[in-house]
Amino acid sequence: MEPVRLLTLSLAGLVVLAGMPAYAGEVPPERAAALSYLVRQDCGSCHGMTLRGGLGRPLVPEALEGAGADALAEVILDGIPGTPMPPWRGQLSEDEALWIARALKEGRIE
Amino acid sequence: MRLFLAALAILVFAPCVELQAAELRGTGDLGIVIERASGSLQVIDVTARRALGRVEGLGDLSHASAVFSPDQRYAFVFGRDGGLSKVDLLSRKLVKRVMQAGNSIGGAISDDGRLIAVSNYKPGGVRVFDSETLAPVADIPARYGDSGARSKTVGLVDAPGRRFIFTLYDAGEIWVADFSNGGGPAITKFAGIGDLPYDALITGDGRHYIAGLFGEDGLAHIDLWAAEPRVERILDGYGRGEEKLPVYKMPHLEGWARAGDRLMLPAVGRHEVLAVDADSFQEVGRIAVHGQPIFAVARPDGRQVWVNFAHPLNDTVQVIDVPSQEVVHSFKPGPAVLHLEFTPRGHEVWISVRDSDKVEVYDTRSFEKIAELPMAKPSGIFFTARAHRIGL
Ligand code: HEC
Repeated sequence: MEPVRLLTLSLAGLVVLAGMPAYAGEVPPERAAALSYLVRQDCGSCHGMTLRGGLGRPLVPEALEGAGADALAEVILDGIPGTPMPPWRGQLSEDEALWIARALKEGRIE
Repeated sequence: MRLFLAALAILVFAPCVELQAAELRGTGDLGIVIERASGSLQVIDVTARRALGRVEGLGDLSHASAVFSPDQRYAFVFGRDGGLSKVDLLSRKLVKRVMQAGNSIGGAISDDGRLIAVSNYKPGGVRVFDSETLAPVADIPARYGDSGARSKTVGLVDAPGRRFIFTLYDAGEIWVADFSNGGGPAITKFAGIGDLPYDALITGDGRHYIAGLFGEDGLAHIDLWAAEPRVERILDGYGRGEEKLPVYKMPHLEGWARAGDRLMLPAVGRHEVLAVDADSFQEVGRIAVHGQPIFAVARPDGRQVWVNFAHPLNDTVQVIDVPSQEVVHSFKPGPAVLHLEFTPRGHEVWISVRDSDKVEVYDTRSFEKIAELPMAKPSGIFFTARAHRIGL
């Protein structure tokens, strides 16, 4: 699974580099609180409420060091086909996904 | 003076009498509610519909489950963080707690009540403990393939004959660990069961073990009564190649319900409950429901099946009438209905509603709400009646 995942991440990264509109990744404070809640409760059902991993990989900052926030946002929006990681597009906007990706990398999920 | 002595006697003895009364109670109608965010649980009196008290210090219970000792006095609670805790329901004390792994997903108790097995994601495999002392008894690393990598294990259940059965998520294998000879386990492995098994169940008679496959349009089944048990694919192609919806939460198969001559299964990635003939394992019907089912639990008499759903439709519960295979009742307890548990004879059902911090109790005939209990972010509800059921 490792090579597939790297490929997914780097492909997603390339797409972003190749000139997709860059999202600001900013959300109003109330929305940020709701997103933190969603990450702990709903992402948490697969990644653990503490984000230290479950069926899905750990999403703590050390585990995400190697991946860029843009690439992670793409993974969140599009999921990882062939694995249980679902696409969240439709539930989350691009700004929200990027906000979550950065907050995960920086350990800012409340 | 005499009056004074009498008063003194009451003062001295009254607390003892009360204490004794507290000790002299049955445990057959007790239960626990997991409070997932605070690492605590509440002991409940199911008949009185009342919380008796809280037990704290159980670690990360964000995904937790429990089994009970045969005497229904002790709960063994499996936390997400690898903690295995033994709780005395009568004294409401944490008796013993061991950190047995880094990341766990449930456990089981042997038919004789002596062994507790825990399924671990990290390090992948199953560890087995003495139920009295929680001392380690066996370690079964789930190594597979040439690299000897360890697989996450899921779907751990007990089976008659001092056996535990579990499934390797990364390897696509089912293992049976037989502890009947008293020493280390004899392990039988079934390989090539299909892609990404995510959970499993055993039927209440201990005969059929069924693993759900995330990566396939079907399920893996073993008939444990067969002279030579083997894995068969059942319900192959139940999605018939249709695109699956994104799955925001894995269904739980432990709740898969046997209702009369049917098994009712939550379909993965579909707004459907599947009805399957419990002998032939052929599909006999599908019931369209409100969202992607998480638990589909039969009322103990098998007449109804109650269903809850995945995010973002998890505010709703639906009731299926089994003979007509129709949804006969829908209602909205509110966001994040996480679990439901029936009283042993099915007259009432307890439902945990995480986001409103309460557990609600409903009459299963009139569908009226009859009680509400405040709880902090409640998730799993487990009644001691489980102590006497195979696979729970
Ligand atoms: C139904 C289960 C499930 C849910 C819910 C889920 N994930 Fe995942 N996720 C997975 C799995 C499984 C993987 C690992 C896939 C693989 O590579 O095998 C994964 C991988 C990821 C990755 C890639 C991590 C890495 O190191 O490559 C990110 C980022 C991620 N998930 C974020 C999220 C976020 C954010 C949410 C909530 C909005 C979420 N996931 C909800 C199952 C889930």
